[in-house]
Amino acid sequence: MKLFSLLVAGFTLLLPAVAQAQKSPVDIAPDQLIKNVSNEVLEIVRKDKDIQSGNSKKVLDLVEAKVLPNFNFTHMTQLALARDWRVATPAQKATLTEEFRTLLVRTYSKALTEYKNQTIEFKPLAMKPGETDVKVRTNIVQPGAKPVALDYFVEALPQGWKVYDIEVSGISLVTNYRESFATEVRNGGIDGLIATLQTKNRSAESK
Amino acid sequence: MTKVFEKTIRLLAMLAAASVMVGLLNGCATTGNSKDPIEGYNRVMFAFNDGVDRAVVKPLAQGYVAAVPAPVRTGVANFFGNIADVFIAVNNLLQGKLPEAVGDIGRVVINSTVGLVGVIDWASDVGLEKHDEDFGQTFGRWGVGDGPYVVLPIFGPRTMRDAFAQVLDTHVDPVAEVDHVPTRNTLVATRGISDRADFLSADKILQEAALDRYAYVRDAYLQLRRSKVYDGNAPRLKEDE
Repeated sequence: MKLFSLLVAGFTLLLPAVAQAQKSPVDIAPDQLIKNVSNEVLEIVRKDKDIQSGNSKKVLDLVEAKVLPNFNFTHMTQLALARDWRVATPAQKATLTEEFRTLLVRTYSKALTEYKNQTIEFKPLAMKPGETDVKVRTNIVQPGAKPVALDYFVEALPQGWKVYDIEVSGISLVTNYRESFATEVRNGGIDGLIATLQTKNRSAESK
Repeated sequence: MTKVFEKTIRLLAMLAAASVMVGLLNGCATTGNSKDPIEGYNRVMFAFNDGVDRAVVKPLAQGYVAAVPAPVRTGVANFFGNIADVFIAVNNLLQGKLPEAVGDIGRVVINSTVGLVGVIDWASDVGLEKHDEDFGQTFGRWGVGDGPYVVLPIFGPRTMRDAFAQVLDTHVDPVAEVDHVPTRNTLVATRGISDRADFLSADKILQEAALDRYAYVRDAYLQLRRSKVYDGNAPRLKEDE
């Protein structure tokens, strides 16, 4: 039962923490990046009555502008596909990434509309010089409940620090798809998985 | 006499039909996941629990949220949380985590007294962090493997290890030990509804996120248990795990 509240809390506070203003990202430390973005997006959500009442167009725009530039969706898709990634053609990889991105973004946007009065606690990051792959730890604090751990896996790329995985209470929101994806690929090949993702995304759009 | 005979036959026939159904589903629906060898049965039970949830539990939880103000709901959750802290302390002790166990006992002492029998969580305010332990995690810490994934009626997802540990958890649960049956039933029901109310908004998100709700819940549950046994510091999964 607790699992679900963790998922909500995680999804809800995930995006804010990853959005980031577009300014020379390489100069900024990964934990600072997460912090800036969290505060910026939550500030917007707190003030916006439309978002709080579930205006999905507005949330999607916010996410598109502030959050998406800080994600490495190709790496995320690769992690979710695991071994099957290697047998996919470049064209299939591109389509998979596009569809998986749509799925994740829609889910997270939905979660953002569920934001209530939680706050985020940022834990200090002990980063060694030259490190290119770090885990930024945060805690979601909600009155009357145990804090929920929300951790970001961030890697240094030429374009700056990018998030490639997120764990809510140790549940990776990316690798959680591994078994379902593997089943789809076993039953219908890579194209079968692509078709399933497209159907899912289209049915959600038409709602 | 014949009536009893008839009833027995009918019961046996129903059982046989049920097991054939489960067997068939097992044959068709199993996707070859080594952690989930009884997927056919599990999917049937998942659907059953889902039906109970939609028909009974979720409407009750929605009513509870609508009727009871938030501070009172927090108080109810804290009250049951305080009872749970006693067992969290025991499990921390059994796992050899002495400082945590001492913290848990401190929580119970503070919350049971100045926290008005647990309704107010003062202990968190003075910096005594709430932990999350149970017998399943203790067994995991002792090296007992997860075993296959199993969906229990009403209780929901478990690993086989946790399903056995659940028997212990329930056995020492003071709420289940209350002698006065109506009081006990009220307490158990209130706790269940209070827990369910916590994740009402998750339903929509789950619907949005999952390709296959059964698999999504299963895999999230297995990841969560793995992480808890490592107290939040589980090594990252490799490609073939």
